[in-house]
Amino acid sequence: MLQIDVGFRRGTFELVARTNIGTGVTGICGPSGCGKSTLLGLLAGLLKPRNGTLCFNDEVLCDVARDVFVPPWRRHFGMVFQDGQLFPHLSVRSNLLYGHAHLEAAERRFDLAAVAQLMEITPLLDRRPAQLSGGERQRVALGRALLYSPRLLLLDEPLSSLDDRLKQQILPYLKRVKDETGIPMLYVSHSRPEVDYLADRVLEMEAGVLVTG
Amino acid sequence: MELTPAESQALWLSARVALFATAGCLPIGIAVGWFLARRNFPGKWIVDAMVQLPMVLPPVVPGYFLLLLLGTQGPIGSWLLSTFGIVIAFTWKGAVIASAVMAFPLMVQPVRLAFRMIDVRLEQAATTLGATPWRAFLTITLPLAFPGIVAGSMLCFSRSLGEFGATMAFVGNIPGETRTLPLAIYSFTNVPNGEAPAMRLALLSILLAVSALLVSHWINRRAERLLGHASLRDDHAAN
Repeated sequence: MLQIDVGFRRGTFELVARTNIGTGVTGICGPSGCGKSTLLGLLAGLLKPRNGTLCFNDEVLCDVARDVFVPPWRRHFGMVFQDGQLFPHLSVRSNLLYGHAHLEAAERRFDLAAVAQLMEITPLLDRRPAQLSGGERQRVALGRALLYSPRLLLLDEPLSSLDDRLKQQILPYLKRVKDETGIPMLYVSHSRPEVDYLADRVLEMEAGVLVTG
Repeated sequence: MELTPAESQALWLSARVALFATAGCLPIGIAVGWFLARRNFPGKWIVDAMVQLPMVLPPVVPGYFLLLLLGTQGPIGSWLLSTFGIVIAFTWKGAVIASAVMAFPLMVQPVRLAFRMIDVRLEQAATTLGATPWRAFLTITLPLAFPGIVAGSMLCFSRSLGEFGATMAFVGNIPGETRTLPLAIYSFTNVPNGEAPAMRLALLSILLAVSALLVSHWINRRAERLLGHASLRDDHAAN
């Protein structure tokens, strides 16, 4: 599904990733600072690799040698950030619909009511992000990415800003997304138990290197 | 108080010049403020210095250069005259340009700061939801920078109202054309028995400035409510 063969450098930090990601949930585990978030940034198109290629099924997303680069807004990957990154000036409803509203009708796999119900955020729709608790915020962020009907969902430590009790509360929602939508997910975390709970397979990343097969 | 024709002339001219100068500075100020906040390029400090320059120079100097450039004998001024028949020097349009040049740094600073304060990752989040950079700018960056843009406009407007030196050098002190409130006050202080009318105009200036402050305060209050800052107090109720 996703063929990764990229190199990236920023300052003295160097990242090398060479692997294939299949459907289902793939966990990427490794200590803080090993380059997990950088890797997701490269996959989302927020960062440009220094060399290599990136392909999703038959589509070339990036080929440095041939000067091909598909920008993030054309990759149609959803992303959930560590701290949600909800738009503070928009209501929960507008946040949820931000990506959804500009999709073609045929591209829409979910509607607002269904996702709000799945994430149990229906009573929060008219609130502002500032009025949400940390756990609610992450559920909205997840719902927003889902409503965008992504081809792949990138999750960048979505639970790391929450305490253990809240983590236990959110994990079932992620499990639901996995079981009920079938969207392929790439789940990045430094916490092995979290990854084991969700992922079908786990890749280890260390000191900027993720090479398999 | 009842205004004399000369007084109301100066008042409306001042308001018109300040409004046009602010409206002209607004789009350029947003563009330059964004560039200075978000882009690094070689020679950035030169652009930065050029933007700040009118604020640190004696105002007569930019006014004098404007006259050299835009006067009917100047390279741009003579071209405008021969091509479009437009005269800038010694007209109210020139007063607008003089005010705009002098007030521009005050527009750019708060706008630049506002853009700097916005987390770039919010824009990145928008692009991962299919938004082009332009849409992300219009729907995320610009609304979040709105209070800074209002503050910049307010400073720009007030600085335009007070513009004296550059205006005097570039467009003179012509009643009904370029004699704004500060120039009218100055003129009255130079004639016998001018103290009372000068005081009336000074009070008028205070009135105008305070109204501008109140308007910007009102806009900011509304913007903060829309941006969700005012809701922080309801935060505890929600949890």
